[in-house]
Amino acid sequence: MSDEQITIEVDGQSLKANKGQMLIEVTDANNIHVPRFCYHKKLTVAANCRMCLVEVEKMPKPLPACATPVMDGMKVKTRSAIAVDAQKSIMEFLLINHPLDCPICDQGGECELQDMAMGYGGDVSRYQEKKRVVKDKNIGPLIQTDLTRCIHCTRCVRFGEEVAGLREIGATGRGENMEIGTYIEKSVRSEMSGNIIDLCPVGALTSKPFRYTARTWELIQKEGIAPHDSVGSNIHLHIKGDRVKRVVPASNEAINEVWLSDRDRFSYEGIYSDDRLQVPMIKTEGVWKELDWETALTFAKDRLSDIIAAHGAEQIGFLAAPSATTEELYLLQKFARGLGTDNIDGRLRQVDFSDQDSVPQFPWLGKSIAGIETVQSAFLIGSHVRKEQPIINHRLRKAALKGAAIMLLNPIAYDYNYPIAEKRIVAPGQMAMELAAVLKVLLASSTQSIDDQIQQCINNATVSDAHKKIAKRLLEADNAIILLGNIATAHPQFSSLRALAGLLAKYSHAQFGYLSEAANSAGVWLAGAVPHRTAGGKKNSQTGMDANKMLQAKLRAYMLMGVEPELDCWDSRAARTAMQEAELVIALTAYRSDEIENYADVMLPISVFAETAGTYINNEGNSQSFTGVVPPLGEARPAWKILRVLGNMFELNGFDYQSVEQVYNEVRQQIGDIKTDNMDRWQLPATIESNATGLQRITEIPMNMIDPLCRRATALQQTKDVADGAVHINATLAANNKLDNADNAEVMQDEKSVIMKVIIDDRVPDNCVLIQSAHPAQIDLGAAFGLIKIAKA
Amino acid sequence: MTVTAKTVLSEHTRSEIDRWLKKYPEDNKQSAVLAALREAQHQNEGYLTTALMDAVAEYLGMSNIAVYEVASFYSMFETKPVGRHSISVCTNISCLLMGADDIVDRLEKKLGIKTGDTTADGKFYIKREEECLAACCGGPMMMIDHKYYENLTPDKMDEILDNLD
Repeated sequence: MSDEQITIEVDGQSLKANKGQMLIEVTDANNIHVPRFCYHKKLTVAANCRMCLVEVEKMPKPLPACATPVMDGMKVKTRSAIAVDAQKSIMEFLLINHPLDCPICDQGGECELQDMAMGYGGDVSRYQEKKRVVKDKNIGPLIQTDLTRCIHCTRCVRFGEEVAGLREIGATGRGENMEIGTYIEKSVRSEMSGNIIDLCPVGALTSKPFRYTARTWELIQKEGIAPHDSVGSNIHLHIKGDRVKRVVPASNEAINEVWLSDRDRFSYEGIYSDDRLQVPMIKTEGVWKELDWETALTFAKDRLSDIIAAHGAEQIGFLAAPSATTEELYLLQKFARGLGTDNIDGRLRQVDFSDQDSVPQFPWLGKSIAGIETVQSAFLIGSHVRKEQPIINHRLRKAALKGAAIMLLNPIAYDYNYPIAEKRIVAPGQMAMELAAVLKVLLASSTQSIDDQIQQCINNATVSDAHKKIAKRLLEADNAIILLGNIATAHPQFSSLRALAGLLAKYSHAQFGYLSEAANSAGVWLAGAVPHRTAGGKKNSQTGMDANKMLQAKLRAYMLMGVEPELDCWDSRAARTAMQEAELVIALTAYRSDEIENYADVMLPISVFAETAGTYINNEGNSQSFTGVVPPLGEARPAWKILRVLGNMFELNGFDYQSVEQVYNEVRQQIGDIKTDNMDRWQLPATIESNATGLQRITEIPMNMIDPLCRRATALQQTKDVADGAVHINATLAANNKLDNADNAEVMQDEKSVIMKVIIDDRVPDNCVLIQSAHPAQIDLGAAFGLIKIAKA
Repeated sequence: MTVTAKTVLSEHTRSEIDRWLKKYPEDNKQSAVLAALREAQHQNEGYLTTALMDAVAEYLGMSNIAVYEVASFYSMFETKPVGRHSISVCTNISCLLMGADDIVDRLEKKLGIKTGDTTADGKFYIKREEECLAACCGGPMMMIDHKYYENLTPDKMDEILDNLD
C-alpha cells in the first residue's frame, strides 16, 4: 500500500483511499457494509468465502472486495443487481451443508451466518440431497467444536499461523471432504487460543465453559478491565441476571487490539468457585462461626487493638494482592499507617529489596504497549513473556516477524513462537554475570570514561561470542529495549540484575523497562502499598518491613487482602509458618481454603473481579477505571468498603468516603504526575558474583496459577499451564542421580524435604531444578530460589 | 517424544528428498513436500503414517499440520493401509461411453470388494473412479500403480489383473 491518495466511487459516493488498499478496507472505513465471512482486518486475505462479491464497472464478473486493490476512478456497486445476485448465490452455497440447528447452537443470536442468512438467504432451500456431517474434535478444555457447522472460512487456521504463531489447526482433505481440525486428536496449546471463538463467524468453535448456559440475547454487555497480567486488556463482561456468563475482548488498538489471553478470558469461572466465602466468619476455640458484619468487624477491631496495646502496631504485617484495585491498596496502606505501622507490601513474589529506595516510581514498561511492536531489538531478562504477558508477547512477535532481534537471558529454555536471535540459558546464579559480560563488551567499545564501581562489576566477567552478538544487536538498533521480567523480579539478585540491565540500556542507548507481574503491580507502587514510600512514590519518613521480611520476622498479627500467602509469596514455607504461628490473622478473602481456615482468626468476605469498582494501573502507567458489573456473592463486600468501616472504627482520620470515586480522586491527587522514567533508578552492587556451587532451584509460576481467581477457574485448571507438583530436572542430572521419568525423588531445601515426581525436562540447565510454585506439594520447600538437593526416594 | 526424521525416514528416502531439495531455494524447503511424501509413502508399502508425516515435517522444517494438509489433499497419497496394487478406473464421459461401467462392475465382482476397499489378502485396492486421466483416445482405461491400461474390455482387464503378482 502506498501513501498515494486516489478517489474511487462506491454506490455513487466518492471516497478517498490509498492506492493499493483493499476495497473492503475502504468500504469499512466509510461505513458501507459489504457482507463477509473469511475477511478479518487482523488476518491475511484468503478470499475463499466469496461472500463479499461486488460489482466493479468494466469488470466482466463480480469481484471479492477483500482481495480487490482499489484503483483511481474505480466505480463499485455493492448493492446492484449483479452484486446482490452474486451474494445471494454464495449464501445459498454456504447454506447447502450448514445444519439447521440454530435453536441449540450457542452462536445463535450473534452468528454472522445467521445474520447474513436473514439478509441474503432464500426462504426455501433448493438443496434436497444429503448434508455432510463432520465428526467433532476435542481440542482441549476451552474450545468446543461443532465442525458440521463450519463454513471453511479458515480464520482459525490463519489466526494460528499469523497471530498465535502456532500452526496447529489446519484444513485437511479437500472439496466436500475438507475438515478443519488438528488431524490427530490433541489440545491446542496457544495461550491466546480463545480468540478463535470470537473469530469463528459461525457456531463451529464456541466457548466450552459457556456452552448451553445462556442465550446470547439474554446477556447484557458491560465494560471491564482484565484482572491478571499487567497489560490491562479491555474486556466485555456478558451478564445474565447477576452472574458473569463469559468474558470477551473489547477492542483497544493501543492495548490489546482485538485479542485476549485465555487466562483473562476464562478466569471468570473462579468467581463462582465452591469455596467462595459468602459471610463473615470468626474462629473461636478452633471452631468457625458465621456472623453478621458488625460483630465480625468489632471482633477484628478488638483483636487488633489488643495486639497494638500489648506489642505495638509494628507487630502487624499487611500483605496485599497485586491484583487488588488501586483504591483498595491505597486504603489498606492508609489504614496500616493510621494504626502506626509501615509494614505493608504488595510485592509478594520479590525477595531482593536492597535497592528499593533507588528504584523508579513504579516499574514502567519503558515504552507504550503498542510501541513494543516497533522495536528493532529487544533483550528480555528473566522473562517467560509468552505465558506471563501474552499480549506483550504478541507485540514482540510482530516486531520479530518484521525482522527485530529478540534476545533472551533465562534460567529455562522456554519455547517462543517467533525466531529468537540470541539466547543464553544459564543457572539463576549465573544470570548477573552474563549481563556483566554483555556490559563489558559494550563498555569496551564506549568512548566514555568508565566509573570505577562499574569497572568493579564487570572485572570478573568472561566474554564469549554470544555476549558480543547481543551487545552488537543492541547497539546497532536505533530502537531497542531491555526488559526485566517476572523471573528477574523474583531473583535473589534482582537489584544487581536491575543495575546491570539499566547500564546495558544506558550504554546501548536502549530503552529500559519492566514486564511486571500482576494487573495492578504498578498500582501497588503508586498507591503507596510498599513499606518505604507513600502514594505517588513519595519517600516515607520511616521504612517498614517488606513482604518477605514480614514473613521471616514472624509477627504477632497479619492482615491479608486477597492473598493466599503460602501460594502467593516468595517463600511459601515461611509464609505458612508465619501465618500458623501468628496470634491473629485477619483475612480479607474471597475464598475459604483449608489453609486459610487453619491459620486465620477472622475471614471477611471480599468481592472479586467483576464485583468491585476500582482502578487498575497497567504497565505503561495507564489508569483504567471500571465499575462492579454484578453484585458481590452472598454478603461479600468490596474491600474498600470494609477498610472504610475499619478505619472509622479505629477513629482514623479521613475514612469518610461516600464512593469509590472519592477514594480514587484522593489517590489521584496524591500520586500527581505519573513519572515514566526508569533510567538511573538503580543501585550498583559492590561486586558481581556467580554462584556456581551446588544445585540451584528455579521457580516458575505457571500462567494459570498466578492468583486466587484463576486457580479456581475450572477450565483453566484443566489446561497444561498449571503447576504439576513435580520436580523438573534435565537428563544429565537425572542420570547422575539414577532417576527416571515418574520416579519419586526426595527434594530437600533448608533441611526440609518433600517427595515429588520427577519429570525429565531438557529446558532446565545443568545443576538446576525447576519447581512450579503455587502447588500444595511444594509449600514445605520454601524459598523460590536457592540451593536444593535431590535424591532417589 | 519427538519424532526424529533420521530414525523414521530410511537412508534411501532421505537421499531422495535431498536430491529434490537441491532443486529449490534453500529457504523454501517446503517446496519439496510432495516429493518427500511420495518417497516416504514408497518406503512404507504405499501409505503414510502420522510418524512418517511428522518426520517429513521435521525434515523440511514445516509444521506437522501443514504436512497433514498436503497429504490429505492429494489423491496420490494414502493415509491408511491399502492393498499392494492400487487400481483406478476412469468413469468420465469418454470412458463411460466406451463402457467403463462394465469394467467397474466386473472389477468389483472379480475382486469381491467395492470401490475404496482392499482385498482381504492385501493384494488389490480399488482406489476410486477417476475423473479423466487424459487418455480419452484409449477409453475405457484404468490406471494400476501409475501405469495406464487402455482400450479395455472386461476380459482384457481380467487378464491384466491375473498377470500381476
